[in-house]
Amino acid sequence: MPKKVVSGNYAAAYAAKHARVEVVAAYPITPQTSIIEKIAEFIANGEVENLQYVSVESEHSAMAACIGASATGARTFTATSAQGLALMHEMLHWAAGARLPVVMVDVNRAMAPPWSVWDDQTDSLAQRDTGWLQFYAENNQEVYDGVLMAFKIGEHEKVNLPVMVIESAFILSHTYDIVDMPTQEEIDDFLPPRKPLYTLTDFDNPFSVGALGTPADYYEFRYKIEKAMENARKVIKEVGKEFGERFGRDYSQMIELYRTDDAEIVFMGMGSLMGTVKEAVDVLRSEGYKVGAAKVRWFRPFPKEELYELAKNVEGIAVLDRNFSFGQEGILFNEAKGVLYNTDANPVMKNYIVGLGGRDLTVNDVRVIAKNMKEIIEKKELDKEIEWYHLKR
Amino acid sequence: MNTLFGEKKANAGKKVFKSVEEYPEVPITLGTTLSNFTGDWRTFIPVIDESKCIKCYICWKFCPEPSIYIKEDGYVAVDYDYCKGCGICANECPTKAISMVREEK
Repeated sequence: MPKKVVSGNYAAAYAAKHARVEVVAAYPITPQTSIIEKIAEFIANGEVENLQYVSVESEHSAMAACIGASATGARTFTATSAQGLALMHEMLHWAAGARLPVVMVDVNRAMAPPWSVWDDQTDSLAQRDTGWLQFYAENNQEVYDGVLMAFKIGEHEKVNLPVMVIESAFILSHTYDIVDMPTQEEIDDFLPPRKPLYTLTDFDNPFSVGALGTPADYYEFRYKIEKAMENARKVIKEVGKEFGERFGRDYSQMIELYRTDDAEIVFMGMGSLMGTVKEAVDVLRSEGYKVGAAKVRWFRPFPKEELYELAKNVEGIAVLDRNFSFGQEGILFNEAKGVLYNTDANPVMKNYIVGLGGRDLTVNDVRVIAKNMKEIIEKKELDKEIEWYHLKR
Repeated sequence: MNTLFGEKKANAGKKVFKSVEEYPEVPITLGTTLSNFTGDWRTFIPVIDESKCIKCYICWKFCPEPSIYIKEDGYVAVDYDYCKGCGICANECPTKAISMVREEK
């Protein structure tokens, strides 16, 4: 299989190209810009056939154009970051509500003010309730694989929902790494052309899109979206398994478990952060700590069953959140705690707020967290539920 | 029903779905406003007293929906499938020929 040394952004652009996307509408925003620059380059060089690039004047228009294109049956792609994603918010509901499998790469970037271009997950997690599936990539390879799988999952006849593939600002987006890319023939075999549920170009059967839904009907359509989300759990596992069989990288687990078999303490988190954490787990294991890592790959639909299975067998879970919901707690922590309520799994859970706005989390930081968790478990007393780990004191 | 905008389609009525399975997977076939009757949003219903009507058609001009139409005899009538009961017609009528009455359902 051909290998390329590419940045996370170029990995995303190559994946879109290899998925044979037909329409791209995007607006440049740091640190996403190089994704659409690369796609524009593919078009300029004549490397892609049948790909329309739509120039738009804002992210809101970009998503609107993607919705229109997707409704005609085209395979549609876009990319954005932070404030741009926030500007798309209204349109994200439209894409999910109209059941259009648009695929978008969101390069996680902190929300302003203060103006920041560094990594932070709050932008994508704030879009939690829009009806989009969310995949968090740990490295450039996962960005590439994630985009390919996103099309297959989103376009599945039982799903028909848009998918967001999320990568870290700069840590992935602008850092080069080896990415294993299957050949175009192999990808075409894995990802056949889209079979849309409906198309606006069906001139013999005209219909209206986005018509009024009165209280007599709206409710049922919301339920259908939730059913599709539930279906997506199964589809994600199937597609992830198929991907593993074809290309050697298995994505059948919605939570990737790393050395958790006999672990007492598990670090849970999402995205590039977990690369460091896995490294730290190896170091801590050699020092005698019984620790493991649980990387949440899919945040929507939320991997409830997998989390329950994990939580049953561990004493403590340290949830590392590179995000925060003001007035409450870290968002992953909030979700994870919610899942375990009303179950018999009852590990000690503590929320560590880390890495906001691109601050580094080092292996040594994870060691400090492990020591703290160990103390909590030994004393059977939680010092505090939420810790702002990096705070200068 | 004759209106100045042409014949109103008799069978444009909205499809009634009885269970969630009957619904289409995507919200694309709910139809246009022709089949989405908005008249049931109303609390007050306009009632026209033809003895006071001077056929000035101010109500017809002001109706934002437009649910007021002109009958063949020249008097106005209300299309109750769409009238939301805003009361603009009653307010604008110079002879007070339209009164708003609380609708009992």
